Amino acid sequence: MTIIEPEVGSTILSVQQLSKVYAGGFEALKSVNLDIKAGEIIALLGPNGAGKTTLISTICGLVQPSSGRVLVAGHDITTDYRITRSLIGLVPQELTTDSFETVWNTVSFSRGLFGRAPDPAHIERVLRSLSLWDKKDNMLRTLSGGMKRRVLIAKALSHEPRILFLDEPTAGVDVSLRRDMWAIVSDLRANGVTIILTTHYIEEAEEIADRIGVINHGELILVEEKRALMAKLGKKQLELELFEPLEGLPTSLAPFGLELSANGLKLIYTFETTESGENNISSVLEALREAGITFKDLHTSQSSLEEIFVGLVNQPADGSARGATK
Amino acid sequence: MSKVMSRVMNYYAVLAIYKFEMARMRRTLLQSIVTPVLTTSLYFIVFGAAIGSRIQEVGGVGYGAFIVPGLIMLSLLTNSISNASFGIYFPKFSGTVYEVLSAPVSTLEVVLGYVGAAATKAIILGLIILVTAGFFIELRIAHPIIMLLFIVLTALSFSLFGFILGIWADNFEKLSIVPALIITPLVFLGGSFYSTDMLPPVWQSISLMNPVLYLVSGLRWSFYEISEVNVWVSLVGVSLFLLVCLGVVYAIFRTGYRLRP
Ligand SMILES: Nc1ncnc2c1ncn2[C@@H]1O[C@H](COP(=O)(O)OP(=O)(O)O)[C@@H](O)[C@H]1O
Ligand SMILES: [Mg+2]
Repeated sequence: MTIIEPEVGSTILSVQQLSKVYAGGFEALKSVNLDIKAGEIIALLGPNGAGKTTLISTICGLVQPSSGRVLVAGHDITTDYRITRSLIGLVPQELTTDSFETVWNTVSFSRGLFGRAPDPAHIERVLRSLSLWDKKDNMLRTLSGGMKRRVLIAKALSHEPRILFLDEPTAGVDVSLRRDMWAIVSDLRANGVTIILTTHYIEEAEEIADRIGVINHGELILVEEKRALMAKLGKKQLELELFEPLEGLPTSLAPFGLELSANGLKLIYTFETTESGENNISSVLEALREAGITFKDLHTSQSSLEEIFVGLVNQPADGSARGATK
Repeated sequence: MSKVMSRVMNYYAVLAIYKFEMARMRRTLLQSIVTPVLTTSLYFIVFGAAIGSRIQEVGGVGYGAFIVPGLIMLSLLTNSISNASFGIYFPKFSGTVYEVLSAPVSTLEVVLGYVGAAATKAIILGLIILVTAGFFIELRIAHPIIMLLFIVLTALSFSLFGFILGIWADNFEKLSIVPALIITPLVFLGGSFYSTDMLPPVWQSISLMNPVLYLVSGLRWSFYEISEVNVWVSLVGVSLFLLVCLGVVYAIFRTGYRLRP
């Protein structure tokens, strides 16, 4: 027996130039590089078919990598699969459960499968945290979809994993399960568990992740701290449509960093919104009035994470990037 | 605290799979026991009484006693194959196999769990037939150890074969076609209910190409010391078959065939 307790902040998962070409020749992952620190919550965003499930499945041992490698707590997933897989818990995207098993048995089964000695107290804790305790003796086939999803989460937590993968955990899930799920996620994070979830709901990523990665067409096109992304999100623009075109900006407006459109008919003022809501809009408007610049219309706009995302993945702006679930 | 096993066997996993599979079989326990008891009784009534009244003895053994090893073999083969093939086909079909494939288990551990359980059930059913037969005829087992060895080796190797079948099959039809179209005819033509000595010489030679003949003959030898082929040939044959199946299972897990895309 060896004890592996990855230190918070150390690299717990390292995906290096990982590529996957499926048997039909389809390239589902294109040289993906990703390092994840212990204790982090990372959300992988991407439209359907982007390769999110393929990435997770490869790390968990369900899909064979075509090239590149993956290290979990410094161990290679192919040569040291016993170590890497026992550190991982997976909640798959598809709702697949046995029909004739009870909740208790199927969760206990998972713990054994992952090489851990029976621990009824732990199973009880997990079932209670997922509001499954009353249902422990129920047959799985009698449970609703939401309850089955809870069972899948319980199975994934049965062996006390250090890394938890949640593949589209909230697709078709009711509000109470969402709430329970995020409560569990924050509990797990408090215990230093690393969480990697995939979603195509931006709000979800925004809500709980520390970092956000965007995958499209098998490529990881961006990984950024959520705060950094939020800073971009926090930027607002004030657009002023002028009556008369301007040749150039009057010097009195210089301190505000205004932009003038090419035809001289539009002024754009970009500003940050701070927590207290302070900004210089009134000063800008005052300066414009003093300079004798009149405008016929004005409006403000805010770039959303969704816009950033849609822009990145090159989807039409009608929101189809986050439409149907798969 | 995350304690993980590094390179030792994952016994908990073997036990978990084995128990899961045995529970699956226990759910159909009544059917599992009634079926062999009933069919064995029917065989004795139909074959033993009807044919047995015409064929008094085969190789110095009463006809009823003569067919017991064949009956056991028929049950061992069909049950081993169907238990093991369903055991892996079903999770593959429903998707629950993801869990076993993502677990820290080696090929050997997966095989011990699934194939061990399938073989256990087949052996239990085989022994039930043996006991049932004891109600109809007086049983005489000359070499009980060899008999058990045959039963265990046959159950294990054909459970392995069924496991391979379950991984290979991508629809229910393929799953049932092999036992129905290949195994059952081979058992019936393999001297289960007659001695090949009773056939014309040409058919005797053709029968020697039937692998099931070696199994039936070997098992019958352990009962009555009569056999068509040398018992050691039978033992070596079934052992070789077991090794070949084991090799195929290893290749399947190494290449991910039909399990890991
Ligand atoms: N077993 C497979 N064989 C061939 N292609 C596959 C297989 N699994 C997934 N794909 C393809 O790989 C691409 C990525 O799929 P997936 O990883 O499931 O995307 P996501 O989870 O982001 O929706 C899709 O185009 C999908 O059709
Ligand atoms: Mg997916």
